[in-house]
Amino acid sequence: MEFSLASIADSIDQWLNAHCASWLALTIEFVIVGVLCIGLFAVLGLVLIMMERKVSAYMQLRLGPNRVGPKGMFQTVADTLKLLVKEGLTPAGADKFLFNLAPFVVMIASMLVLAPIAFAKDFVIWDVNIGVLYVSAVSSIGVIGILMAGWASNNKYSLLGAMRSGAQIVSYELSAGLSILTIVIFSQDMSISSIINSQQDGWWIFKGHIPVIISFVIFIIAVTAETNRAPFDLAEAESELTAGFHTEYSGMKFALFFLAEYVNIFIVCAIGATLYLGGWMPLHIGNWEAFNHIMDYIPSSVWFLGKTFFLIFVIMWFRWTFPRLRIDQLLNLEWKYLLPISMFNLLLATLVAIQGWYF
Amino acid sequence: MLQEVAKTDTGDLVINVGPQHPSTHGVLHLVITLNGETIKKVEPHLGYIHRSIEKMCESLSYRQFIYSTSRMDYLSAHINNHGCALAVEKGLQIEVPQRAQVIRVLMDELTRLASHQLWWGALAMDVGAITPFFHAFRERELINDIMEETCGARLTMNYMVPGGVMFDLHPDFQKKVKDFLTLFKSKLPEYDELVTGNIIFQNRMKNVGYISKEDAISYGCSGPTARASGVSCDIRKKYPYDIYAQLQFSEAIETAGDCWGRYLVRMEEMRQSISIIEQLIDNIPEGDFVAKTKAVLKLPKGEFFTRVETARGELGIYIVSEGGLTPYRIKFRSPGFSNLSALDHMAKGQKIGDLVAIMGTLDLVIPDIDR
Repeated sequence: MEFSLASIADSIDQWLNAHCASWLALTIEFVIVGVLCIGLFAVLGLVLIMMERKVSAYMQLRLGPNRVGPKGMFQTVADTLKLLVKEGLTPAGADKFLFNLAPFVVMIASMLVLAPIAFAKDFVIWDVNIGVLYVSAVSSIGVIGILMAGWASNNKYSLLGAMRSGAQIVSYELSAGLSILTIVIFSQDMSISSIINSQQDGWWIFKGHIPVIISFVIFIIAVTAETNRAPFDLAEAESELTAGFHTEYSGMKFALFFLAEYVNIFIVCAIGATLYLGGWMPLHIGNWEAFNHIMDYIPSSVWFLGKTFFLIFVIMWFRWTFPRLRIDQLLNLEWKYLLPISMFNLLLATLVAIQGWYF
Repeated sequence: MLQEVAKTDTGDLVINVGPQHPSTHGVLHLVITLNGETIKKVEPHLGYIHRSIEKMCESLSYRQFIYSTSRMDYLSAHINNHGCALAVEKGLQIEVPQRAQVIRVLMDELTRLASHQLWWGALAMDVGAITPFFHAFRERELINDIMEETCGARLTMNYMVPGGVMFDLHPDFQKKVKDFLTLFKSKLPEYDELVTGNIIFQNRMKNVGYISKEDAISYGCSGPTARASGVSCDIRKKYPYDIYAQLQFSEAIETAGDCWGRYLVRMEEMRQSISIIEQLIDNIPEGDFVAKTKAVLKLPKGEFFTRVETARGELGIYIVSEGGLTPYRIKFRSPGFSNLSALDHMAKGQKIGDLVAIMGTLDLVIPDIDR
């Protein structure tokens, strides 16, 4: 049998089912998946924060962290340790229950979205048949946590940040949803695995013509806004609101917000890679048999992570280049430009799909 | 315990911006009244970095007091010193040697460049772009190195003395300045590419913080803030001091009156400063770098006023002398103070994000406002 993540998962499943009752096997699998998810979270946090610091350092004529470990690799570990032992302060006037609950809501929301993402060929936690719908539904739960944090902090900066974030995420959810729908129209399915399978002979960004390219651009803008990243980082806006909704958070509670931000970036980029760049599908060019064959040798997980990290790099590139928008400009951009364009684009995509004008 | 004002009677939100806030660039305290995100009133509270420099100067001799002025507008330290030296020279009617005049103007313009570079980076950071700050500091560092070689300090220069400058130029000075100019001229297009041409940045600047020509005059604005509203007020042109009268440069004037106008004025001033330095750097006359003065300076009884154009606007130095060893009274008319007074007028009806952009384009240096 070929060696892959999917085959490992299969053999674990078979081994467990052979050695214990099916309900016990299922429970053990749940536990394994949970532990893996948490482990993935921790690793993603470390890797992405390190990546952000190195990317920003590169753009800002700096070296970035280079003292802890080889090339500063363990800087984030040291920072996490620091945050772990820091006092988790709760302000006197805060609503203690909501204040302490908020980071977990944000965290759990981003954790749930991991479920339908295909990390490699046939390697999915939960291949639900309404995958993209599930993703766009669950990913917006996070805003409740942000609103909670802003309200419960009893701090006016936090409140303003949370209100901005609420307005922003609710608006940009529309564009993100509509651009996801474009792909659903083309692939005629909502499950993540069949969307990926529909890109067997070419990624949607290549064979979907203009509507897909437009929706890809809109999707990238919208998810940058949804994850509260610059140039749409109005919820934090450190030069205006000091730190926005997490002004009052310290220690591990702050770290959870921070981690959730990075995991959210990973998730939206993974969705982007899945919908537009073929997920774990290798790059195939027409009938270049040799080239396609070589591409097939690269493991599917590498393809998936490569595409995802490319998109993450693009989003980091935005952050370290662009100034921040103002709140009214941000909402104008969505309601006056992106939303009409994506609605029109949806019609265009439908036309293209019905007429079969795509490759 | 003090009860904090959280809401006004009409239900508006009151927020304290500062004294510790990332974008007040110092210990400025603004009490802003908000209706949602819209600003209704901005009330600056001063005094957090008041060191009573004016009072201190009254007990310092005419040579000594100049040094305390480096701590006012620390980004134009040379120009502050220059103004004070001019005032003392006016009182004693000292003839400053040509060489000293040229050196002073060179230093002033290098200071102006350094100050505007920092302003450019800080403004970009205020509107959310962090990277330009590092690019600006890369070039500013070179100016600081030149300063360090020439006068031994990087921030509080204390280089200008009554009658000239404290030391002669470093032998490498001309070469270093030319190298810097070559580099900086190649980097200015990069500045434009990264920030000026950015559509988000332009949208953040245009039609924000408007102040009309009449209002700019009545608030006493000066420097780039007033020139962006079409007020011609460059002291270097209007009341030339030292050798500015013999130099070819144009006054940067815009008529927009908004943040974008102020941005363009400062960018143009950088180009003008480069041109001034280029005119002078090869023509530094030989001779004394300082006039021969008495060991102890005593200004005659009377009142003396001079003004210079700092990077932020018009700095006025007013000395009242009773004929003694120390001034009887010294008053500085600092540009930042008057420019800050227009903040409420500019920010009314704008958003919180705009307030930050307006403060950025006013280029506030808080120790200059408080003294």
